[in-house]
Amino acid sequence: MRADIKIKVCMGPSGIATGGADVIEAFKNEINSIGKKAIIEERCSLHQVGCLGFCAKDVLVEVVVDGKKTIYEYVKPGMVSRIVKEHILEGNPVTEWIAGEEYYNFHKKQIKVVLSNCGEIDPEDINAYLAVGGYEAARMALTLMSPEEIVEVVKSSNLRGRGGAGFPTGLKWDLSLKIKSDVKYVICNGDEGDPGAFMDRSVMEGDPHSVIEGMIICAKAIGSHQGYIYVRAEYPLAVKRLQIAINQCYEAGLLGENILGTGFDFDLKIYQGAGAFVCGEATALMRSIEGKRGMPTPKLWRSAEKGLWEKPTVLNNVETFANIPRIILKGADWYSSLGTERSGGTKVFALTGKMKNAGLIEVPLGITLREIIYDIGGGIENGRAFKAVQTGGPSGGCIPAELLDIEVDYESLALVGSIMGSGGMVVLDETDCMVDIAKFFLEFTQAESCGKCIPCRVGTKRMLEILNRITVGNAKEGDIELLEELGQDIKVTSLCGLGLTAPNPVLSTIRYFRNEYEAHIKDKKCPAAVCKDLITFSILEEFCNGCGACKRACPADAIIGKRKKIHKIDPEPCIKCGTCFDVCKFNAIMKM
Amino acid sequence: MEEVLEKILTTYRKEEGNIISILQYLEETFGYIPENAVNWFSKKLVIPASRFYGIATFYAQFHIKPPGKNIIIVCSGTACHVKGSDRLISGLKREFNLPEGEDTTADRKFTIERVACVGTCGMSPVALINKQVYGKMTANKLIKEIKILKGKKTGR
Ligand SMILES: Cc1cc2nc3c(=O)[nH]c(=O)nc-3n(C[C@H](O)[C@H](O)[C@H](O)COP(=O)(O)O)c2cc1C
Ligand code: FES
Repeated sequence: MRADIKIKVCMGPSGIATGGADVIEAFKNEINSIGKKAIIEERCSLHQVGCLGFCAKDVLVEVVVDGKKTIYEYVKPGMVSRIVKEHILEGNPVTEWIAGEEYYNFHKKQIKVVLSNCGEIDPEDINAYLAVGGYEAARMALTLMSPEEIVEVVKSSNLRGRGGAGFPTGLKWDLSLKIKSDVKYVICNGDEGDPGAFMDRSVMEGDPHSVIEGMIICAKAIGSHQGYIYVRAEYPLAVKRLQIAINQCYEAGLLGENILGTGFDFDLKIYQGAGAFVCGEATALMRSIEGKRGMPTPKLWRSAEKGLWEKPTVLNNVETFANIPRIILKGADWYSSLGTERSGGTKVFALTGKMKNAGLIEVPLGITLREIIYDIGGGIENGRAFKAVQTGGPSGGCIPAELLDIEVDYESLALVGSIMGSGGMVVLDETDCMVDIAKFFLEFTQAESCGKCIPCRVGTKRMLEILNRITVGNAKEGDIELLEELGQDIKVTSLCGLGLTAPNPVLSTIRYFRNEYEAHIKDKKCPAAVCKDLITFSILEEFCNGCGACKRACPADAIIGKRKKIHKIDPEPCIKCGTCFDVCKFNAIMKM
Repeated sequence: MEEVLEKILTTYRKEEGNIISILQYLEETFGYIPENAVNWFSKKLVIPASRFYGIATFYAQFHIKPPGKNIIIVCSGTACHVKGSDRLISGLKREFNLPEGEDTTADRKFTIERVACVGTCGMSPVALINKQVYGKMTANKLIKEIKILKGKKTGR
């Protein structure tokens, strides 16, 4: 038999952004060009796949010859003809373009459950999903299992909600199952509000069928016949691929009336969000689907009883649903054994910031932060020193170097003042100012506060004002204590999760980096040289060779000096934009 | 315009839609929410215009003012923030001579927007020029791209 060849091109978010479509086009043209077409066509197939994970090296292309995988990194259309000629036609991989050791280290400690199909199968092809056992779990759930049995499996898998709060999924379903009602809803939360995270996006775009299958199983478990997937407005490709997947399901009899001939009905619709962070909160999301302003409602009733249109509703995160088919197929014991005693399974993280190897990763719960950052992520870029890792986005906190050996699970992250969150993990280095980071998140939550409750609406504004005056050098003695007091009050009196967690970035940075706050307040200095009003730029004479690059780049004409002579910065017109610092190749610009 | 609005109204009634979906259709069709369109729907559906505006201003997706011909989006998510997205914004504002609080150039050729994370954090800082994603940006690189656009008479 002749060799079977598969070419897979990453068309995840960053694969597309770096020109994945052009690479696919180039492969198509190359294969179709006379002569080659006849030789390869019927044994070679070309696939677009979801995120392959190692986004820092996109476009990634995987060439599989008789099951033997080769990964090429940084692929450009111009490289395609050599790959086709040497690797595919002649059988000799182009060694200098193959992903190196880093790629394998990046994957060594990962366990892919939710992401097992991402980067493997074509997300727009239901047959590709069926070929890897897709909808087998739904078939089992619909034909062989009672609702109670499904709930029992999910319960004992120890799966906890991946949207942030970590509520046990089985328990949530159980509550809903026990409520009697003709109409119940299943909602998938694909709002992904954390600014700096793309886990759910990658799952929706890379393996949309797994989310739909999870929802069908949930519908059967609680007795619901209508589901919604709420997708963030900024994710048009996720909407497109989910819609394709839903259409394919209707055609294949996996959605609609009498699914798989079992007599069970379930309809599924996509609802596009309109861009408001608070709409990721469960009750606000339901108001938004109802067409109203997305304001949270106090949880006098659990959504299990009164959710969407006041009907019993189960709402889960994208990743939570994507876990379900795997749990049903492989069993609760297998899943729970992957994690820790308190939280089963794996978690997807978007590892970003000052990382050498940024990307999308999936790790077993209980792994340490150090393993994630150094073994998988390859450490800090540009040889700088690690300072902190931010988890949980605007609701989370910053974890300093001395705590890198804690195990990642819901409880231990909460214990150190952060949260697990939905999976954003932003790594900060010595050049990041912790007060600036706290201010960044508070600006975000303050702007996104829906305004319904006073502690959140007014409290976050007051906190932001204090942070602003700290970063411009106008702070007063006692401002740190005031921030702490306000933060504690907001944390206990706000209406919804947005306000209840908004002070976390501030409180956690005060807890671990108090001296940085003090330097801003007492010495009017920003130790990391970030806060504009507290730093000055100057030129180090011994390094300046008068090349003039800074002078040409300066937008404020603040740099003086003749060619080949030492240059100077005039502090008066200088707007502290940092352009000179970026363009100087001789490290002659100093900011302090 | 009336014709388009009628069509939106028919779809709305057919889909048993809500105000958000009307606004989404308007945004898609016009690129913003025109005041006379809101008034038109307000009359037809007997819903006060303030309800429409209450919702339109709540969500980031809706624009009340018409945007410029070219839209430049600078990601201001966490990953991009720590990699210097602020410098991209201030660089652009200088290039366009935009006064504080203004986001569209006087000739309506360019609009600058910020969004929280476009989902390609691996290549931060990120900017989008008319939906095309540019990664690992610097203010100078961005301005170079814009100069190319200024030279060409391109639309969206
Ligand atoms: C302000 C705020 C924003 C939220 N954003 C999201 C989000 O973007 N995605 C998400 O899945 N959950 C989000 N949540 C959590 C949801 O309220 C809810 O707990 C979760 O979606 C439930 O699903 P799970 O049990 O599967 O995690 C947010 C909560 C709050 C308070
Ligand atoms: S933070 Fe900018 S792309 Fe995610």
